[in-house]
Amino acid sequence: MSKAETASSKISPKTSPGEPATTPEEFIICVMARLLEGLGHVSVGALSPIPGCAALLAREVSGAGGRVSIIHGDANNPYTDGGREIFDCAGQGRIDAFFLGGAQIDGEANINLLGLGSYPKIDKRFPGSFGSAFMYFTVPKVILFAPEHSRRVLVERVDFISAPGTSPPGVRRPGGPKALVTGLCLMSFEAGKKRFRLQSVHPGHTLEEIRDNTGFDFDLPRGEGGGEGGAVPVTPEPEAEKLQMLRSTIAAEIAKTYPDFAARVFQPRA
Amino acid sequence: MEDLESLAARVPDGALLALAPEYSWVPMALIRALIRRRVKDLHLLTVPIGGLAADLLIGAGAVKTLESAAVSLGEAGPAPRFSEAVEGGALDMRDSTCPAIHTALQASEKGVDFMPLGGLVGSDLVDNRDDWKVVDDPLGQGGGPVVLLPAIKPDVTVFHSPRADTEGNVWIGRRRELVTMAHAAAATLVTVEAVEDRDFLDDEATAAGTLSGLYVTAIAVAEGGARPLGLTGHYERDTDYIRAYAEEAKTGDGFKRYLDREVFAETGDETETETGAETGTETGAGS
Repeated sequence: MSKAETASSKISPKTSPGEPATTPEEFIICVMARLLEGLGHVSVGALSPIPGCAALLAREVSGAGGRVSIIHGDANNPYTDGGREIFDCAGQGRIDAFFLGGAQIDGEANINLLGLGSYPKIDKRFPGSFGSAFMYFTVPKVILFAPEHSRRVLVERVDFISAPGTSPPGVRRPGGPKALVTGLCLMSFEAGKKRFRLQSVHPGHTLEEIRDNTGFDFDLPRGEGGGEGGAVPVTPEPEAEKLQMLRSTIAAEIAKTYPDFAARVFQPRA
Repeated sequence: MEDLESLAARVPDGALLALAPEYSWVPMALIRALIRRRVKDLHLLTVPIGGLAADLLIGAGAVKTLESAAVSLGEAGPAPRFSEAVEGGALDMRDSTCPAIHTALQASEKGVDFMPLGGLVGSDLVDNRDDWKVVDDPLGQGGGPVVLLPAIKPDVTVFHSPRADTEGNVWIGRRRELVTMAHAAAATLVTVEAVEDRDFLDDEATAAGTLSGLYVTAIAVAEGGARPLGLTGHYERDTDYIRAYAEEAKTGDGFKRYLDREVFAETGDETETETGAETGTETGAGS
């Protein structure tokens, strides 16, 4: 039995008495922030308040040096050459990490931001592909995020490929998916095998639960020495000082770009 | 000086109309004037994503073809009229991706017929665009296949700005997608909060953030002309108003009520009190 299967505590407070419990959003933000520490330039795209918080938190934790750019509005937005600049910047190799969500994400890391059904006959339309078909190719560390970990989102095969997870040899592709953060677990992606590998399960959840709620097959964590079939680690709880930072400095900062999100996630306790 | 209605009369039915995203000074008063003049068969281009303005035009039946990387009301959720129109097959949809739209406009800026763009290969977007073409790197630089995008030349670009000068130049600040859109378009129509008696090009500090009158076809004063969206340094996006719209416009009947109340009841003069001017927040300095 894996560690995750024996884990008993739900995502829950490791904070001092009186401190409110960690919310699912805060937990995911802290997981994402760990993946970003030490990077030079993290850029955040449209409709991405959770990645925005993670990027700002990682910058705060690593001290000076890291850059964060958020394209909506003027706060934390260094771009002065119009809407095209973030893409030009990625094409130049000046963005180290970026985030993409997906109404659907499949086992080969293809993502669908466009809609359900057989294109162009769309049964359920989502906003559209945004810049994914370019950023997925150009940014070295793309982190996929799916707060809702379900078979609805994590599917065997996406209905529409907004952006492909891998490309055949010969296609110029310095970038691609490196990790997937969900409400239940953290996975890594191995482009050579076109497969996700489970890295850790969030506290209170089990490997069985992950399997039940994932529409694709994935590999288990490597054991000691790098072999297959290792134990499944539990994702660490947010560190108390990071949670404190998130609820004060970062909450105020992200409110400049995403006021509704900040009010919903951070303000009830203010 | 033109007014909103005369500006709206300059957008012909069937025009390829370019619109910037919600944070980039959308001329909402002009959009409402276009709906009042019952513009139709538009080929709407969002540069690169659309919001409330696109949803209103689509819901009002003014759009035949939509080229876009995404349409959304941001934190207020999905754009309801857009979603229903696409699901019902009511739009000729040309799905794109953000940098493809920017790049195709840059081709028009440079006066060339197409431009290449990296990435994209393997996306279903490419398979569904018969006007895009994947070719092997023709210069043998080792880049592999690349997508060629035809130039997009809008008939009309429209936007709102805090200020124009008496020489016909328009301040755009750092909103430089507006410059690209104007360069690429045959005509550019601008609404402004005010006209200042000076020449922005006389001062280096303002010249760099100015769209030269060379590219500007006509200007009309429309105070609060971006409301209920925001205008940098002047007023904030009215999020409560847009959330209420997202709810009301979920049904066709609700949307019709909205149009009657907020668009057709408007007289077309420059005071936009119906659209949240009283609840908007003056922020003073640019934030």
